[in-house]
Amino acid sequence: MNGHHAMPAGDRPGIGPPLWLLAELTYRCPLQCPYCSNPLDFAQTQQELTTEEWVRVLRQGREMGAAQLGFSGGEPLVRQDLAELIAEARQLGYYTNLITSGLGLTEAKVNAFRDAGLDHIQVSFQASDPELNNAVAGSRKAFDHKLAMARAVKEAGYPMVLNFVIHRHNIHQMEDIISLCERLGADYVELATCQYYGWAFENREGLMPSKAQLEKAEAEVNAYRERLTASGSAMKLIFVTPDYYEERLKACMNGWGSLFLTVAPDGTALPCHSARLLPIEFPNVRESSLHSIWYDSPGFNHYRGDSWMPEPCRSCDEKDKDFGGCRCQAYLLTGNADNADPVCSKSPHHDRILAARKAADHATAGLEELTYRNADNSRLFFRG
Amino acid sequence: MGISMEQIPRLRPGFRFQWEPAQNAHVLLYPEGMVRLNGSAGAVLKEVDGQRNVADIVALLEQQFPDAGSLLEDVSDFLKDAEQQHWIVFT
Ligand code: SF4
Ligand code: SF4
Repeated sequence: MNGHHAMPAGDRPGIGPPLWLLAELTYRCPLQCPYCSNPLDFAQTQQELTTEEWVRVLRQGREMGAAQLGFSGGEPLVRQDLAELIAEARQLGYYTNLITSGLGLTEAKVNAFRDAGLDHIQVSFQASDPELNNAVAGSRKAFDHKLAMARAVKEAGYPMVLNFVIHRHNIHQMEDIISLCERLGADYVELATCQYYGWAFENREGLMPSKAQLEKAEAEVNAYRERLTASGSAMKLIFVTPDYYEERLKACMNGWGSLFLTVAPDGTALPCHSARLLPIEFPNVRESSLHSIWYDSPGFNHYRGDSWMPEPCRSCDEKDKDFGGCRCQAYLLTGNADNADPVCSKSPHHDRILAARKAADHATAGLEELTYRNADNSRLFFRG
Repeated sequence: MGISMEQIPRLRPGFRFQWEPAQNAHVLLYPEGMVRLNGSAGAVLKEVDGQRNVADIVALLEQQFPDAGSLLEDVSDFLKDAEQQHWIVFT
């Protein structure tokens, strides 16, 4: 028995239900990470969905079969109705995940959320030491508070998932990061090298590690993982390498509109959290039901199937496996989201990836030269 | 290491087992993950409640599936696998 099954069928032939719902409750956030995946012009976003509107979204999603629910942002804790939304979600039968920087979290909230039925809190860190962490986060007191909150999460009996966004300024810290997680008693550690959308694309030169840095880090993680396995530890290390260094493409989001549905703070529904940057019109939950959004909207059907593919993907036998890669990456790097993801060596734009790799070998920019994600910088972007 | 009949399996903290009508299957939910279980895996995990030991679970399943013969080996194999995947722990 291996316990696994093929994916289920949805309401339309060939389209499965959205099993994962990501509720981006707000773009507001007290931190200023220079790799934030929020849109560059987030400060322009109007009117967050109300509690009632979110409840409607949660119900509709659950009816369609969504089982995993993430509350993220921005910093979801700035929403005063978070406990209420958690309770509703849990009662509907979702497995509820809170993805937070830990800022604004208190022990009282950790416990109140547990009582409301929250299944899991993921606390994200910027580094393994206070100086670097706080410099990246653009906040002076962030690190100590995160540690305290990680402990409170553990204490309250949640599974502990710690997330570290990795880039060239902290990639040398793998050992320290993992041993910090071990001391905190983490169950899962996500070491996610940042991907280059949103703010991270603007800051790519200052964030992207060199190939040598990456290989060293990966070797350290693997060695640590072996030690953990040998000692019988259940702590799981998940190392996410950046697409820019992949030789084979990943099937981005498991395929456009195939499993994931993101609802942005203003109700815009997206097939992935960075798709907002694409020149495509996406539907809004204020105007249509989640059901018609998922199955019938032009936005969600835009890149389903493969009839939209130009060459070289069109006649490539990998196209059912990787769906031509990431649309956002194709758009950011080639100006046309239909193109093959330039990470692919068959892409006529692959030289742009090679150039970025080369630049990473010689990059010298310090942390202070990055553009931090804050409202002032965001306004600069939408004023152009 | 084999599994003894007296051991009591329970879901690892943070794991939830439930029936999903949309998938027509039992699933195991955990932080940012989901496994869709096949019929036999679902049938075993359904009886894992932190009280019953392996012998109880085997007996219950043999009652439910009288035509299946002895289920001891299948059930222990699956539980061993589930432990290795860190879905369950034994007490
Ligand atoms: S990445 Fe940083 S700035 Fe962006 S939402 Fe998360 S904590 Fe806030
Ligand atoms: S050509 Fe297109 S389909 Fe083929 S491997 Fe490259 S990205 Fe994937």
